Amino acid sequence: MSGFFTAFLEMFDTATISSIVAGASALMFATMGETISEKAGVINLSVDGSMMLAALAGFVIAFETDVVWLGFPAAAAVGMAVALLIAFSNIKLGLNQIAVGFVLFALSTELSRFLGNSYVGRPPVGVPAWDIPGLSSIPFFGPVLFDHNLVVYLSYLTVIATYLLMYRTRKGLEMQGIGERPEAAHARGIPVNKLRYFYTALGGALIGIGGAAFSLDVKLGWSDRPTRNLGWIVLAIVIFGGWHPLRAAIGVLLFGALQAFAINLIPEFPSLSQVLPSIPFPAMILALVVVNWKALLKWLDRYPFLRAILRSDPPTAIGTAFEVD
Amino acid sequence: MSLELREIHKHFGPVRANDGITLTVETGTLHGLLGENGAGKSTLMKVLSGFHSADSGEIVLDGKQIKLASPHDAIAAGIGMLHQDPLVFLPFSVIDNFVLGSPGAWRLDRRAAEIELNELCERYGFNFDAHTPVRLLTVGERQQLEIVRLLWLGARVLILDEPTTGISADQRSKLFATLKALAAEGMSVIFVSHKLEEVADLCQRVTVMTRGKVVGEAELPTPPERLVEMMFGQVIEIQDRSDVGLGVSHLELDSIQTASGLLSEEPISLDVKSGEVIGIAGMEGSGQDTFLRLCCGMRAPMKGTVAITGDDLTGKHYREFLNANVKYLPAGRLEEGLIEGLTITEHFVLTGQDTSFIIDWGAARKRAKELIDDYGIKGTENSTAESLSGGNQQRLLLAMLSEDLKVLLMEHPTRGLDIESADWVWEQLLARRQEGTAIVFASADLDELLRYSDRILVFFSGRIIGELDAAATNVDEIGLLIGGRSLGAEAAASS
Ligand SMILES: Nc1ncnc2c1ncn2[C@@H]1O[C@H](COP(=O)(O)OP(=O)(O)OP(=O)(O)O)[C@@H](O)[C@H]1O
Ligand SMILES: [Mg+2]
Repeated sequence: MSGFFTAFLEMFDTATISSIVAGASALMFATMGETISEKAGVINLSVDGSMMLAALAGFVIAFETDVVWLGFPAAAAVGMAVALLIAFSNIKLGLNQIAVGFVLFALSTELSRFLGNSYVGRPPVGVPAWDIPGLSSIPFFGPVLFDHNLVVYLSYLTVIATYLLMYRTRKGLEMQGIGERPEAAHARGIPVNKLRYFYTALGGALIGIGGAAFSLDVKLGWSDRPTRNLGWIVLAIVIFGGWHPLRAAIGVLLFGALQAFAINLIPEFPSLSQVLPSIPFPAMILALVVVNWKALLKWLDRYPFLRAILRSDPPTAIGTAFEVD
Repeated sequence: MSLELREIHKHFGPVRANDGITLTVETGTLHGLLGENGAGKSTLMKVLSGFHSADSGEIVLDGKQIKLASPHDAIAAGIGMLHQDPLVFLPFSVIDNFVLGSPGAWRLDRRAAEIELNELCERYGFNFDAHTPVRLLTVGERQQLEIVRLLWLGARVLILDEPTTGISADQRSKLFATLKALAAEGMSVIFVSHKLEEVADLCQRVTVMTRGKVVGEAELPTPPERLVEMMFGQVIEIQDRSDVGLGVSHLELDSIQTASGLLSEEPISLDVKSGEVIGIAGMEGSGQDTFLRLCCGMRAPMKGTVAITGDDLTGKHYREFLNANVKYLPAGRLEEGLIEGLTITEHFVLTGQDTSFIIDWGAARKRAKELIDDYGIKGTENSTAESLSGGNQQRLLLAMLSEDLKVLLMEHPTRGLDIESADWVWEQLLARRQEGTAIVFASADLDELLRYSDRILVFFSGRIIGELDAAATNVDEIGLLIGGRSLGAEAAASS
């Protein structure tokens, strides 16, 4: 019990919190990407695979060219290509988004193993550290937020930009409209399917960047399926976040905290060292169940403020194809 | 501005929804569009608003031919449409619905839009809180919001597709006043409806469509019989109800009360006899649906008893009510009454009496064919429920009812149906009544309530505020009660 407590206290170390923030960048990009895509009505179920393939593309390009930043556009292109396949097969061919997404998940996972085989164990390439002068010397917040690198800072900016796009711009409102009720959006002169292509591609690119952030920053280098299961967590966090970018960002940090906690527990409970690292996954699913628990929501109805924070209604037309003749 | 449609063709698969339609609407007029269910009215209007693109045909606005590739082009040309089911985004706020799709800068200035919304609302006497989700608005308010939005976008041709189906009498008079004012300002309004009185009341000219073609045009006023004849090729006599003797009590509610929030605290008692027709009036959401669900066992009362033909069934499952020959047909035909994707035959199998484990599809299809003939359903035994028009869905629901019903509960039995179908529905219902079925129906159509009920119950905010003898009351009295006022109070206030 006291071991548990020690591990818990360690969670409040500046160093621990700082490492949670630094390690969250990959999930942050991918979660924003998936949120955008789903908000526009297209579920990209391939995340777990496309993120992996993008992580490989990012690493390979950075490794071969020796320019780390070139890895990111390459990864974005891979993520975007997979996403566009889903959009195309749904919009043009009328195929089910879930089915296509799942097939593409499996395909890109296997492809990443096959293509990445010869890169396993190659020397890593990493994004250079860059602490923001001035800001990084603020007590607590400095080391926690501003003592990382450009990728981490861009992940914050992506969250903020996603939020602003969705809730503060005309385009963002239209994007929500096409995921909510496409025929109503169509009736208002909004080109529904064109925009669905656009936002799915944008979302896919962010998922790809998430992959590159992983292989070039979070856990350097290439091994067998390095990002496995993170994609599924992304899908869970989007729901946990109620399709709201800021709530989803909190979900990402929560997951990072769970991971850090599990790792802190290992020295205290060495016999469980095999099990502990996988605990955050079921824990996240449990959190998802809790926020969607009917009885809890009913109870929360008495507290409108809490209810508003916790409500999570999916975009109504999510997963459906839109067609007018 | 004058608007001309020339030779519009539009088909869906084998269905020729619009088959060469030519139509002219003059500037500053209210133009009515009449036609049976499935005549192609909505399709034509959707073509005109760019929602559908026509297969062929021309649209000429003020002498200039315009091309409508999408609703965007139509809006730019000043054509705005209010759809049969208002195309709003339910979870979004009023203001978001208002600005969604409007041109302007990247940044969304909700505050500026709110000022413009309020100005327009003030001008037309509407009233919204910009921040409530549209889900909480009544259908009438959603329409008002759509209308001000279209005006804000600069619509000069306004299309309204059956705007009066889901709204209260008050909202309807407000809508009509607004439309007349708009026409006086030079707006051209196209008004689609099934109700002849409304068209007569509002429009200067009317076009009648049948099966994708224009079959007649007339200046108003024109005798309603002529319009009906154009629509159906024959004069339709509205059935009047004959008197039947009332029998034993079929539905008895004794001081029932529900859990908080659904109905008001006041206990409700009601006794419906065999052969009696009870009409239920009231604004949408005044407790009618809860009340009907109590009567059919879909909801259990907290206090009081529900008895069917003398048997106390309080708190029993809906199945037991069904076994006691009580049937409830809710308003959402496709949502609650029928199953999307299943064929007519499959519907009959599901509700039939046959309990054998293996389905005899041959026999089932034969039976379905008979019922399709008997009930005049336009469709085949393999048509799916959602492919039927509203009138035919209602026919299917009635065909699925078992033979000897004791109590039949219905919501909006003729909503959205054309005159012929509506009349046919009541013919069936009155025949059931002759056989002793007790009927309780909710409707927003006051004429329907007055014509067919013995007694009318008026609901207002969760309680019954009036029980009227249908033979001794009139539209005005019911109208006032629906709004929560009474004739006596009104007289006192005006004196
Ligand atoms: N999107 C569609 N796909 C296939 N068929 C359609 C579609 N829309 C309409 N139809 C068919 O076209 C015909 C005309 O339908 P429409 O909705 O225009 O009739 P309407 O005159 O508006 O009828 P109502 O009075 O019931 O609203 C019907 O047979 C209908 O089933
Ligand atoms: Mg219609």
